[in-house]
Amino acid sequence: MATPTIESPRSGRVSPGYSRSSASRGNFEMIAWLFMRLSGALLVVLIFVHLYVNLVTGDGISAIDFGFVAGKWADPLWQIWDLTMLWLAMLHGTNGIRVIINDYAEKNSTRMWLKGVLYTSTVVIVVLGTLVIFTFDPCPVIDGVAHVADYCSAT
Amino acid sequence: MSKTLVPAGTLYRGREGQWSWVAHRITGVVIFFFLLVHVLDTSLVRVSPEAYDAVIASYKNPIMGLGELGLVAAIVFHAFNGIRVILVDFWKKGPRYHRQMLWSVVGLWAVVMIAFSIRHLMHVFGG
Ligand code: HEM
Ligand code: HEM
Repeated sequence: MATPTIESPRSGRVSPGYSRSSASRGNFEMIAWLFMRLSGALLVVLIFVHLYVNLVTGDGISAIDFGFVAGKWADPLWQIWDLTMLWLAMLHGTNGIRVIINDYAEKNSTRMWLKGVLYTSTVVIVVLGTLVIFTFDPCPVIDGVAHVADYCSAT
Repeated sequence: MSKTLVPAGTLYRGREGQWSWVAHRITGVVIFFFLLVHVLDTSLVRVSPEAYDAVIASYKNPIMGLGELGLVAAIVFHAFNGIRVILVDFWKKGPRYHRQMLWSVVGLWAVVMIAFSIRHLMHVFGG
């Protein structure tokens, strides 16, 4: 009688219901996990400086108005800063909420709906925020009326 | 007569590790919803300077001042605890010191929040 060979546990065909990763998802979850940690580390710097400059220095919150924003976005450094912060925070937050939806929404349809709403809001906010930074006009003319500020040349 | 067994509510008693995870999750959600509104109100700079100033002015009162304190408290906790999570995952000794690191997070958070609160309330109350 031949010695029976015992296959190692996960060798050979694993019924689809038991496979740990489906081919289509690839290693998305691992990349997402890594992204949460990398973006988190960068966001600490980006957000802490944002809060320090806007809330702590000078007159803090009471100094914030249109002129304050114009002053910051006149400098490409702050444009890039805010752009990076916008994209990283939105992607990090969206992925975090995605994980939370997967954890608590048990019905397939509920999960799909919630994620649909989530991804739609993310796209809208990221596109809007990006456009706002790049199309910002410190001296807008609205209905023929020019904005008056000492940094706008009167013409 | 057979009695249907209803499972009692379960509470996973994971101690500090579990509570810090709950706090990390709640603060993450709070910051996310703040950010959605924050980008919307900032986008008013594209509507008109007056529209932006009007909305920002409506934030400049003691109640919103406390709200900002709460937001900063949430961000600072999420950030420090996030660094702790990263250290637990990537630093060889991280898992061994996760509890000590949590108390450092709480301690650092308290120091930052005391300093920030004094400064921020001075701005809010025009000091
Ligand atoms: C109460 C606290 C906060 C205040 C007063 C504040 C204030 C401001 C102001 C005045 C701007 C205009 C541009 C600039 O100053 O750079 C801005 C933009 C921005 N802030 Fe904040 N901020 C706060 C908290 C946060 C937090 C916690 C985050 C991240 C989660 C954040 C993310 C952003 C982003 C992404 C932009 C760019 C928006 C855009 O692209 O239109 N802010 N913030
Ligand atoms: C300030 C710097 C930040 C750091 C260091 C940080 C760090 C982290 C880390 C490491 C995780 C993964 C936790 C895990 O896998 O168990 C995480 C989760 C999360 N973060 Fe952040 N984060 C930061 C900012 C933000 C911001 C700005 C938002 C919102 C826009 C946010 C929302 C979330 C959410 C919703 C989760 C998922 C929580 C969960 O699954 O329980 N975080 N954060």
